Amino acid sequence: MSRPNPYVPYRMRIAKVTEEAPGVKTFRLEFADPEQGQNFTFKAGQFGEYSVYGEGECTFCIASPPTRRGYIECTFRQAGRVTSALADRDEGDLIGFRGPYGNTFPIEQWEGKKLLFIAGGIALPPMRCVIWNVLDLRDRYGDVTIIYGARTVADLVYKHELAEWGTRSDVRLYVTVDPGGETPDWKGRVGFVPTILEQVAPSAENTIAIVCGPPIMIKLTMPVLGKLGFSPELIYTTLENRMKCGVGKCGRCNVGKYFVCKDGPVFTLAQLNQLPPEY
Amino acid sequence: MQQLHSKARQLLESGAVKVVIGYARGSDPQRARPCFVRRPDQADQLIWDDRCQQNLATYLLKPEVKSLGKPAVVVGLPGLRTILQYAAENQLADQAVLALTVSDHDQVAELTTFDAIEKYLATRPSGLIPEQAEELARLARLPPEQRWAFWSAELARCVKCYACRAACPLCYCARCIVEVNQPQWIPVASDPLGNLEWNIVRAMHLAGRCVDCGSCAQACPENIRIDLLNRVLAQEVEAQFGARPGLSVRKDYALATFRPDDKEDFIR
Amino acid sequence: MTESAILQKRSLAELFSRLIAAGHRLLAPVRRDQQVGFEPVSSPQEVATDWVQTTRPAKSVVFPRYEEILRYRFAGKDVEVEEPRPSAPSTVLFGVRPCDAASFAVLKAVFTWDSPDVYFEPKLAATTIIGLSCTKADPYCFCTSVGGGPGDTRGSDILLTPLDDERYLAEILTERGRMIAELAPGLFTPADAVSKERVLAQVPARFNGQDLAARLGRLFDRTEIWLEQSLRCLGCGACAFVCPTCSCFDIQDERDRQGGLRLRCWDSCGFSLFTLHASGHNPRSVQSERWRQRVMHKFSYQPERLGLLGCVGCGRCSRACPVDMNLAEHVQSLAEISG
Repeated sequence: MSRPNPYVPYRMRIAKVTEEAPGVKTFRLEFADPEQGQNFTFKAGQFGEYSVYGEGECTFCIASPPTRRGYIECTFRQAGRVTSALADRDEGDLIGFRGPYGNTFPIEQWEGKKLLFIAGGIALPPMRCVIWNVLDLRDRYGDVTIIYGARTVADLVYKHELAEWGTRSDVRLYVTVDPGGETPDWKGRVGFVPTILEQVAPSAENTIAIVCGPPIMIKLTMPVLGKLGFSPELIYTTLENRMKCGVGKCGRCNVGKYFVCKDGPVFTLAQLNQLPPEY
Repeated sequence: MQQLHSKARQLLESGAVKVVIGYARGSDPQRARPCFVRRPDQADQLIWDDRCQQNLATYLLKPEVKSLGKPAVVVGLPGLRTILQYAAENQLADQAVLALTVSDHDQVAELTTFDAIEKYLATRPSGLIPEQAEELARLARLPPEQRWAFWSAELARCVKCYACRAACPLCYCARCIVEVNQPQWIPVASDPLGNLEWNIVRAMHLAGRCVDCGSCAQACPENIRIDLLNRVLAQEVEAQFGARPGLSVRKDYALATFRPDDKEDFIR
Repeated sequence: MTESAILQKRSLAELFSRLIAAGHRLLAPVRRDQQVGFEPVSSPQEVATDWVQTTRPAKSVVFPRYEEILRYRFAGKDVEVEEPRPSAPSTVLFGVRPCDAASFAVLKAVFTWDSPDVYFEPKLAATTIIGLSCTKADPYCFCTSVGGGPGDTRGSDILLTPLDDERYLAEILTERGRMIAELAPGLFTPADAVSKERVLAQVPARFNGQDLAARLGRLFDRTEIWLEQSLRCLGCGACAFVCPTCSCFDIQDERDRQGGLRLRCWDSCGFSLFTLHASGHNPRSVQSERWRQRVMHKFSYQPERLGLLGCVGCGRCSRACPVDMNLAEHVQSLAEISG
């Protein structure tokens, strides 16, 4: 869905603000123009440029699933100028959104397969989109396993949804915190995500793995997946990169001959291995 | 050039230095380019003449050059002043660098300590030459509106490429003020106001530190006379505080040192 | 279909006044001290003579140093946003070297692939290029290494070649060129095949840019090469900003209490900030990696993606570089290593 001028954002109202974790918030955004909201479509994995007029734009994935229409959600950590300005915004405020940009998780190709989601910290948001997309179409997919970890209990995002997923009989959920991050009443696992992955040892048979997390987590998780028998074509990840225009013109996210904003951000490990290591 | 070549060769052969940072012939007969001589048999590429304008001392703080090992650097008077200013600002340890300077009749002086550099500089003229002083005086004689018009026009041509900053040896901040965006002190775009802000702020940050090497104006692709801005401020700092940077390692930077007898007649 | 004509040099004054009378903005190379740059002119006397290349390219005609994307005003919880109506005055660029004329195709490829660019496209559509072949080159020119040449017609609407002190060969190459010529038809006298080769500058090719694209990828991991080449590079943006094909940009908001502007402004992959993440992670944290990106992007990635080289061999980067990073020399060296 392309607009006549890709640099002009949609007008979005902040409908709901949720504090997820220290410094991390989720915004539910509704289109100021309801007709635009009705016509807006996107697919799991896509991202947008979110504007605070006067401060700038920043890049987040769309964290809500495409199966839920009329609004989008984004989750962000307060890190720099624009995210700090965003964090200051209240319900009812107007911000901008440009998108949807980027490629998508090919979830149609995954139908009938088992899905293994592995995420760390603030990287659950891009995953959440595709998890809910799948759960909203549950009978098209096989077993769903989710392994999610954060540094501490407080840093876990989407706590209510984690609780919900944990009670579903059609989802196997493993939540972990780093050693030392547990609270006295913590009932989940303790250990780094790659360690928990080794413990859970899901079968690679007819399974797609989707991994998202900080670089160090990815680096240590990939070998474990390899040991479990996952081939690089069947491991998906989504790249974070510095972006500005979102439409493959400004050059910032250029890696090799690719633009992460156009050819990504979703890549298989096999594709990543072809890229120059500049991301 | 003979002395320079043999000195460089000798320093590399003996292992006294691992690299000689100097000038070699450039892309055309009017140019010289910085070179990093690491093998004694390459010492012959070194040149020293009027074409050698960029201040090579700036490489002393570049990580990729530092990792080559102890350097010798071929410098003129501005380069020597840079080394002393680095010393005054705790950027270089004594004897971490060997300065090679070519004086009249191709004599090469080898200055291994800050003290030696200080003494050498004391025997050489410093400050503006008459043409430079007259240039500043001419600017100062312009009525304020004309001077403002001159600078507005000059700085409107700035494209914010930051070549001045990159070429300046004293601009070594790991995070320059233009790279701070909370708040964005200096606008990114090269609009007239942003250009004024950038060039004035840079000149202010160099006041009392600039060693007048002229590399900034040399580097500017738009040929803007930004060195004049620095010179005006250097004149001002010297008049107010008696300080001329780069002549000693004393760490009393004029704009950061308070003395009870500091003149305060600029407060009106 | 190209038409060839002879244009007398003394007719330029008439041509210029017809162009201006027809409402075109006329820009030509004008000398100011040591530099030559494109400025508005009304008579041929103002046009610089005896120059090889301008300091600044003409790209700011279609891609200005900064331009307004939109403007906004704060109104309580609301923000009023206004899209500008990008103005594109009809512009004739006179005296554009063949390398620069070819550069507009690269900019067009970057800005118009995949999605529209309402700021760039009207400006390009409103620009007519009267090229000027080169009878002289300098050590920095390398158009012939990247598929161009001193009399190359790509990108020009009319290409003028000075045959002698009095006459230009005028090759009228496009519909737009024809429209210009028709403003002053008496000035262009049809000519039969007139050879321009004998007056063109000699620019020996230093490497084969087209050939290089496939082979450069093999050198990506040779860190020592990139390190050695970029040892003297200072990391300034001069090369990118004088380059006619560099198009990377930043988007910045500037504001006061009432509202402000969102601007698009020139940027460079040579700056360390270009790829810096908010987390502090920088995929290209050292200058050698950024130097590599510059070369790979122009000579390997852009050809692979857009089908054309990202360099036209104008040599401005090398002339402007404070430390004489001669791009042609470096790329020639890479061509030899990868060969």
